[in-house]
Amino acid sequence: MAVAVGRPSNEELRNLSLSGHVGFDSLPDQLVNKSTSQGFCFNILCVGETGIGKSTLMDTLFNTKFESDPATHNEPGVRLKARSYELQESNVRLKLTIVDTVGFGDQINKDDSYRPIVEYIDAQFEAYLQEELKIRRSLFSYHDSRVHACLYFIAPTGHSLKSLDLVTMKKLDSKVNIIPIIAKADTIAKNELHKFKSKIMSELVSNGVQIYQFPTDEETVAEINATMSVHLPFAVVGSTEEVKIGNKMAKARQYPWGVVQVENENHCDFVKLREMLIRVNMEDLREQTHTRHYELYRRCKLEEMGFKDTDPDSKPFSLQETYEAKRNEFLGELQKKEEEMRQMFVMRVKEKEAELKEAEKELHEKFDLLKRTHQEEKKKVEDKKKELEEEVSNFQKKKTAAQLLQSQTQQAGAQQTKKDKDKKNASFT
Amino acid sequence: MEPMRQSPSPCSSRPSSPRTPPYETLGYVGIDAVLDQLKIKAMKMGFEFNIMVVGQSGLGKSTMVNTLFKSKIWKSTALDLERPIPQTLKLQSVTHIIEEKGVKLKLTVTDTPGFGDQINNDKCWDPILGYINQQYEQYLQEEILITRQRHIPDTRVHCCVYFVPPTGHCLRPLDIEFLQRLSQTVNVVPVIARADSLTIEERESFRRRIQHNLRTLCIEVYPQKCFDEDINDRILNSKIRDRIPFAVVGADREHLVNGRCVLGRKTKWGIIEVENLAHCEFPLLRDLLIRSHLQDLKDITHNVHYENYRVCRLNESHQLPRGPGWVNLAPTLGGPPATPRPSKVCQQAQDDSEDDEEC
Repeated sequence: MAVAVGRPSNEELRNLSLSGHVGFDSLPDQLVNKSTSQGFCFNILCVGETGIGKSTLMDTLFNTKFESDPATHNEPGVRLKARSYELQESNVRLKLTIVDTVGFGDQINKDDSYRPIVEYIDAQFEAYLQEELKIRRSLFSYHDSRVHACLYFIAPTGHSLKSLDLVTMKKLDSKVNIIPIIAKADTIAKNELHKFKSKIMSELVSNGVQIYQFPTDEETVAEINATMSVHLPFAVVGSTEEVKIGNKMAKARQYPWGVVQVENENHCDFVKLREMLIRVNMEDLREQTHTRHYELYRRCKLEEMGFKDTDPDSKPFSLQETYEAKRNEFLGELQKKEEEMRQMFVMRVKEKEAELKEAEKELHEKFDLLKRTHQEEKKKVEDKKKELEEEVSNFQKKKTAAQLLQSQTQQAGAQQTKKDKDKKNASFT
Repeated sequence: MEPMRQSPSPCSSRPSSPRTPPYETLGYVGIDAVLDQLKIKAMKMGFEFNIMVVGQSGLGKSTMVNTLFKSKIWKSTALDLERPIPQTLKLQSVTHIIEEKGVKLKLTVTDTPGFGDQINNDKCWDPILGYINQQYEQYLQEEILITRQRHIPDTRVHCCVYFVPPTGHCLRPLDIEFLQRLSQTVNVVPVIARADSLTIEERESFRRRIQHNLRTLCIEVYPQKCFDEDINDRILNSKIRDRIPFAVVGADREHLVNGRCVLGRKTKWGIIEVENLAHCEFPLLRDLLIRSHLQDLKDITHNVHYENYRVCRLNESHQLPRGPGWVNLAPTLGGPPATPRPSKVCQQAQDDSEDDEEC
């Protein structure tokens, strides 16, 4: 029986006026408190050639020294290196993951350079999807590793985008929020920079590459986002060394002809990048990743697996079927493994048995041998004993005979002496 | 302080979460601006809150809701002699959008007239459980669509306030049955209704007896002990757990007391001020539900109760009939399927518990 829920006739939501202070204006604070205790995750992917300044820029952005060894140019293929760090500022804990493309642009044949990157991004989405599809899942304590922002480092040639850049960005634009930046911007003069930027943007537009749009629907951030968007792609300079400028230390790069200050807006757009990436839009980047890119991936993946939403009855239906299929598959595998293990076990047991039998046989033989020798020895000993006994009896006989003889002779002698004595006595008298 | 190095093979495993102590940044980066961004986003989207009030008629449920949200959510149901007592339990929902200081809240209040009013109240909790499960089901169906909405509308019941009649003795069998079943599916906050008929000492002893009953029967009401996250939470929640169930009085009329205009009930022997802690514990209930634990209620509903429902649902799918009518699934009679929740809810025999109570 479906539960009938009665609703009053005028059901459209009406705004009610409160006659006093209820207190739910603390709701945003409650929400924020919960989030702070959980901590935030942010994952940045840096795509760019070796030596273009990715690691330095990350160090500069987050004001820390992430230890890393510079990569060589001899990589056989593109590798992704992901490192996680935990940063804390006032009471906010940020789990930052920086993913580096090692060896990008170094190969002679760069056809497949984009592939590892796309596979990495997809793998993170896949992991999240798997966790979400699990029956027993724990999404709230899941460490989100999906890439939230992709900083694409464009080489400062001053002309236009390289074809590798175009191809890679085209492959990535539907999977991740791309923010293109011009690296090592201190090698471009100001007038060239302006032309370079407009050339890049027009190339992106004409090739249909969708880069991340800073949100302009929220009044508080619309203005700043709009003004910043004009300066895309940001021309940045990274530096972790400090140089004395005026009377304070600032991050800068020192050249014989001058000092390029990182945080000076006239020199480069680093401050703008930091504002946009971290201070204004971090949450929006995460949300876009979750609601747009991840949903797209999920939709494609599920459709690939053969589900459709069109028939509302079959959708939950088929998910159950996949679960069942997966479960059966899993059980089947388990059984197979079990069988294998059992077979192995049986084989081992047989071997062991054979060994033991061998050993037993040997032991038996030994035992028999021992027994036999023992018997022989016993016999020998018995023979000897008999001999000995014979000797002893002989000896006894001899002894008794000798004794008898002795006593006889003694008696005879005694008789003789007695006779002699008597004779003597008789002679005396 | 060394950062945790992860160098996985190309595009394979995800980086595992670091175990080093947090890094302090050498200068201001601006990470904490994300809190403001969160706030802005939340205020733009607005909040949703669904509350359900359960109790026998005449216990002051509608008045209580009006007092909680300081507006006429329901017209207080005066005793309507012509309207017969409903034969079956029929749930009524009403939704309002209220706004305070820029924060928009979409509030849905579900009432349960007819609960416990019949002569035979057997299984009167079934429609309520069915409704709650229906909301979970709706959310689940939305969640497993392929093209799903950006923001799934949340109609799940976040909190159920159960009104215990002020008998002064102990929990009745109906209360016990209801609390046992519902505390496994939804956050339940029991309150002693119409507490102005009990003196302060009677309230205290009633409260202690109810707490003893709940403990003996292993009924976990909100705030549940097993979800305390850290020591601060535990301390705060222990204080609350000590005072549950709150003895509340509801009123939506204002009276003049000492020159101040206060909400209260006027009787011949005095005015009971609703917001006065010495008179009743309504402020505690309001603070718990709205000012401090609203987000927590929603989180526990989403992370625990909904997940439990989902696990059971997906596990038993092969047993349930398929075909049309799948979405409007009837709740199984006798309450939800056994929920494998981490907390243990022991079902002791009714007789044992009754023997223990001092009646």
